[in-house]
Amino acid sequence: MSSAQLGLLLYGAWQTILLTLGGMALALVIAFPVGLARVSRNKFLRAVGFVYVELFRGAAVLVLAFWFVYALPSLGWQLEPAFAGILALGLNMGAYSSEVVRGAIQAVPPGQVEAATALNFTPSQGMRRVVLPQAVRAMIPSFGNNVIEQLKATAVVAVVSIPELTFNGQLIWSGNGRAAAVFGGLLIGYGIMALVFMTMVRLIERKVAWS
Amino acid sequence: MNFDWNYALDILPLLLDGLLTALIATVVGYVAALVLGLVFALARRSSKRWICLPVGFFVEFIRGTPLLIQLFFLFFVLPQLGLALSPLAAGIVGLGLHYATYTSEVYRAGIEGVPPGQWDAAVALHLPRRRVWTSVILPQAVPRSIPALTNYSIALFKDVPQLVAITVAEPFTVGRAIIAETFRPFEPITMAGLLYLAVALVLSYLGRIVERRYKGMATA
Amino acid sequence: MSFIDFHQVSKRFGDNVVLDDLSFGVANGERVTLIGPSGSGKTTILRMLMTLTKPDSGTIAIDDEYLWHERRGDELVPAGEAHTRKVRSRVTMVFQQFNLFPNMKVLRNITEAPVHVLGTPKDEAEARARDLLEMVGLQSKADFYPSQLSGGQQQRVAIARALAVEPDILLLDEVTSALDPEIAAEVLDVLRDVAKTSDVTMLLVTHAMRFARDVSNRVLMFNEGKIIEDAPPEQMFNEPQHERTRGFLRSVLEEV
Ligand SMILES: Nc1ncnc2c1ncn2[C@@H]1O[C@H](COP(=O)(O)OP(=O)(O)OP(=O)(O)O)[C@@H](O)[C@H]1O
Ligand SMILES: [Mg+2]
Repeated sequence: MSSAQLGLLLYGAWQTILLTLGGMALALVIAFPVGLARVSRNKFLRAVGFVYVELFRGAAVLVLAFWFVYALPSLGWQLEPAFAGILALGLNMGAYSSEVVRGAIQAVPPGQVEAATALNFTPSQGMRRVVLPQAVRAMIPSFGNNVIEQLKATAVVAVVSIPELTFNGQLIWSGNGRAAAVFGGLLIGYGIMALVFMTMVRLIERKVAWS
Repeated sequence: MNFDWNYALDILPLLLDGLLTALIATVVGYVAALVLGLVFALARRSSKRWICLPVGFFVEFIRGTPLLIQLFFLFFVLPQLGLALSPLAAGIVGLGLHYATYTSEVYRAGIEGVPPGQWDAAVALHLPRRRVWTSVILPQAVPRSIPALTNYSIALFKDVPQLVAITVAEPFTVGRAIIAETFRPFEPITMAGLLYLAVALVLSYLGRIVERRYKGMATA
Repeated sequence: MSFIDFHQVSKRFGDNVVLDDLSFGVANGERVTLIGPSGSGKTTILRMLMTLTKPDSGTIAIDDEYLWHERRGDELVPAGEAHTRKVRSRVTMVFQQFNLFPNMKVLRNITEAPVHVLGTPKDEAEARARDLLEMVGLQSKADFYPSQLSGGQQQRVAIARALAVEPDILLLDEVTSALDPEIAAEVLDVLRDVAKTSDVTMLLVTHAMRFARDVSNRVLMFNEGKIIEDAPPEQMFNEPQHERTRGFLRSVLEEV
């Protein structure tokens, strides 16, 4: 392997990490409002949350990325490819993560909300001080799975020519034709990155545990 | 710019052909995932370390790495080893293998959910090992796995667009071919995306019905 | 109107009529024990007072203020959230399953509501919380998480937490039913103490009849959503009038 190839791979891996973290950050920013809307007492908010989740869970990352990169310019919007990639990743994962938020909130025992009422908290105080702190801890393992899924999903945006790890791997392959080495190597590279992300999630999980 | 309905209607039949291919890949790939996943689940429960350890590693590795690269591997590396697959065949094998790693987890949870007393009872009745699995454990484990398994059929369908990367004639591949002639990308890409979205929404709706039905059964 | 006033309250769950046109009152400072067979609606009454369960019809008032309704001119309309919260602020409840907040240490479980609902300054709330912990015999546990305490200790914290919001009305729903008998005794001792040293109005549901006799000055016997007997404890336990009450007391006393 030449040093130019090594540089290409390292740069690609770095871009993959940025896409993963950027997509996940956007997903979390979306997940909390949408997840809360899904458990709201307000029918309209619930409906909005439901539509978001159905729509963006149904629209795969590749479908969104294709549309952003190849169709949207016809409407006069030219997105930076990396930005389009993060948008596609984040919008889609945001739908999955908001289901995590909703599930964790609903899994907090009803007795907790009743105790908050008995202490005369407002509903929003009860949500903020009692329910969410408990729910967030329960969300972390699922968010950890989401990070791994997000890492895997970043490979897909290679299809719209974002120079991340997979795309750069394909470049190298088209130069040297050694498919087994390149794609085998890519798989191992992603496997290692998944392992690193997983370890980090475990550490965070341990950090937020109480008692 | 406006959506050109005439153009859209012209290319719709081609895109629908592509969708049919996508659905074939989904169904065959899913059946493969169901069968292979059960094999993985049983292999990982094997008491022989030389079976359960490598299978466990393989399953975790496939599940932790991107489907797209697995597709590349199947499509570009296997021919070098003398096993050339058509694009669709490679796509189906890739989807089936990748999702088998997910379904195997579902089966595992289902098997672990069978009360230990069932194993004890089977031993007390002197049932042979094979019989314990086929007539006691699996008949209880598989039904309770069905809602989660259904969800993976939907997830699998949503990964089918990735087959564009190995030139399977699904809607985006079809759309690209059209664009190569017309140089008008907006309608083909939008329609291919909408076709995928529409099917995904219908599947998700059906999935909710299955889930509700089985939830009712589980509590009954 | 009595201090706590139930007027023609009805509640059904599906076809199950739980409370049927129920009216009764409780005076300020009174200690009332609700007894009756399982499913007779005792919990439902407490939960309605705590605004956790909504009545289908009838009115509930605390000190002349309707809990579920607001006066608009001469009319009673369903109460808005602010109104219900204001009336509810005088009531609190201790639950069978404690319902401590697992994410907060003991001290913060107790100070959270005074600080954020009543607006008490934090150090003042903490000083008061420590006094309450001392009262329930747990001053050494302030910095523990609930999961590090035994059931009896958790319930004593829950009592301290309830008292910290300075309620006028304290609702206790089978607060010792989840505990072993000896441990239950510690909790009941704390409650005897509360009854002795404060003038809070208490509504309690309990199967501990000796405790009920000690702390309450009135016992209501429920059956199928109605009060069938209403008497001071001596009379209720020694010479119950109603056949159904006699049967019920016999079965409870045998159990223990
Ligand atoms: N949320 C609910 N949904 C449906 N039915 C309910 C609900 N809450 C209570 N019930 C029913 O209402 C009836 C009265 O319940 P309640 O809890 O008030 O009884 P209780 O007197 O406290 O009984 P116990 O001594 O068992 O605690 C019961 O038949 C119960 O099944
Ligand atoms: Mg009860």
